[in-house]
Amino acid sequence: MTTLTAPGHAAAPAPAAPPRAASVFATFVGRSMLHTLRTPDALVMAIALPTMLMVLFTQVFGGAIAPGGGYVDYVVPGIILLCAGYGAASVAVDVATDMTTGVIDRFRTMPMRAETVITGHVVASLVRNLVATAIVIGVALLLGFRPSAGPIEWIGMGALVALYILAITWVFAAIGLAASNPEAANGYGFFLMFLPYVSSAFVPVDTMPEWLRWIAENQPLTPIIETIRGLLLGTYIGTSGWWALGWCAAFLAVGAVLTRVLFRAKAGRR
Amino acid sequence: MDAITVRGIRKSFGGTEVLRGIDLDVSAGTVFALLGPNGAGKTTLLGILSTLVAADAGTATVAGHDVAHEPEQVKRRISVTGQAAAVDQVLTGRENLRMMGRLSGLGRADAARRADELLDRFGLVEAAGKRVGTYSGGMRRRLDLAISLILAPPVVFLDEPTTGLDTRSRQALWDEIRALTANGTTVLLTTQYLEEADQLADRIAVIEHGVVVAEGTADELKARVGGEVLTVSDAAGAVLAELPTDGTVAGLRRALAGLGNADAASVSLRSPSLDDVFLAVTGSPATREPELALTKD
Ligand SMILES: Nc1ncnc2c1ncn2[C@@H]1O[C@H](COP(=O)(O)OP(=O)(O)OP(=O)(O)O)[C@@H](O)[C@H]1O
Ligand SMILES: [Mg+2]
Repeated sequence: MTTLTAPGHAAAPAPAAPPRAASVFATFVGRSMLHTLRTPDALVMAIALPTMLMVLFTQVFGGAIAPGGGYVDYVVPGIILLCAGYGAASVAVDVATDMTTGVIDRFRTMPMRAETVITGHVVASLVRNLVATAIVIGVALLLGFRPSAGPIEWIGMGALVALYILAITWVFAAIGLAASNPEAANGYGFFLMFLPYVSSAFVPVDTMPEWLRWIAENQPLTPIIETIRGLLLGTYIGTSGWWALGWCAAFLAVGAVLTRVLFRAKAGRR
Repeated sequence: MDAITVRGIRKSFGGTEVLRGIDLDVSAGTVFALLGPNGAGKTTLLGILSTLVAADAGTATVAGHDVAHEPEQVKRRISVTGQAAAVDQVLTGRENLRMMGRLSGLGRADAARRADELLDRFGLVEAAGKRVGTYSGGMRRRLDLAISLILAPPVVFLDEPTTGLDTRSRQALWDEIRALTANGTTVLLTTQYLEEADQLADRIAVIEHGVVVAEGTADELKARVGGEVLTVSDAAGAVLAELPTDGTVAGLRRALAGLGNADAASVSLRSPSLDDVFLAVTGSPATREPELALTKD
């Protein structure tokens, strides 16, 4: 190709070769991990709050709820999910913060999939929350939690918890995109925090009034908690396992699709 | 060859037409400056050309590719420094440059080397390991500019690049821009500093209320304003009036006649500056902001 250029000027430089998708992904995950390490408040909250709740429920309320003891065994699965929820909520704030700064415009004008910046936050959240979950389980063991699970059950539980974290993190990412600023993202995220309380996490649902019981029995967290409880303690799982997988898949699909749509819709707007 | 062509670009935000049919051509390897008052639509036009914003009507090509139909091709050929800082506050300056280098397609080692080069060229070596959140406004701006020069792409967009820079940094950036164009890169920038446009730009367009109200080289634009500007000052040196003339003796007489009783004042003649151009071509009452017009009722 011959090109005419102004006299005295060199030919235009060659276009850039776009980065590989894998290195874009790795770069954004690295970025979000650095963010986590530099702002440890989120990590501390994700671990400290569920740990405190566990101490509160097992040591303070435990005696009244189950005078014969053993409440720690009942409550740990719920605390695990609570922990994942707290940790994932910070993704909404991370995403909203990115979307309100000029850096997102720069990402969008580079030859790569700018949405990967959100994937980076999601993956970092997954790692963060798995670490937090491990710590919370460690504390539970110290407090007298005695699961009957063998290696297969532990792996199954780990996989389900990871799937749940991933799903709820995508939902929070979408909330972060829908919110107009980081403070609003924080506020909306608070809603989802209440879900574990109206479930079988802390008390069996048959202790609740009729109407609340219907909600608690049919809300998504109950089958997930029952599945984790079954895997760890050998209680009856039944169809809860399928419901748990189904709900996680549904959250994942809704969160990921919504994230994609909102991310595109927000191009050029901050 | 034109590196950027803009034909009839229109854009409205919520019923307000911000760009009302822009036409521009920017030759490859040149610096083109967009001038215009606040709210004229400069940033919006840059947004459209850098694929961030979709135009309502019209076409634009950058480095030979249509911004609406081939955004991925355009993105491979541009870099952008927006009006708002586009840096990661949590990371350090060096981490920012390395990350953006990786995202621009450089390998790990190349990105690291390029980061160090740019830190040096933009006077950020000492601050390289500090978080950007602790940087001064000018340092952040310098980092922002350094990021958009990681690669030397065919087209560079700079939205008010020197706002907030000290004199030395501004001169250094001008040198960088000249070096870029010497290598064949085309630079489209906006600025509020008319001297900057005068020094740097091969061509200038003045935009107001979404239309191009003047376009040409700095000399052409100055010639449009007229011949010489008559400056009238009092004994203390304070400027009493600046009167554009058409450069003829008759024009000068007319200007002096309009002065009235100012026999003690001193006069001098100077060539028109871009400021004169700017004031002459913008601010026409017919196109004032609606809010301003409303307050008069
Ligand atoms: N996303 C948006 N939504 C609504 N209005 C917008 C949006 N972006 C820009 N505008 C409006 O468009 C007009 C032009 O804005 P623009 O930022 O392009 O001006 P500008 O020439 O860059 O001004 P400045 O010199 O102040 O940077 C302004 O009136 C602004 O309020
Ligand atoms: Mg602007």
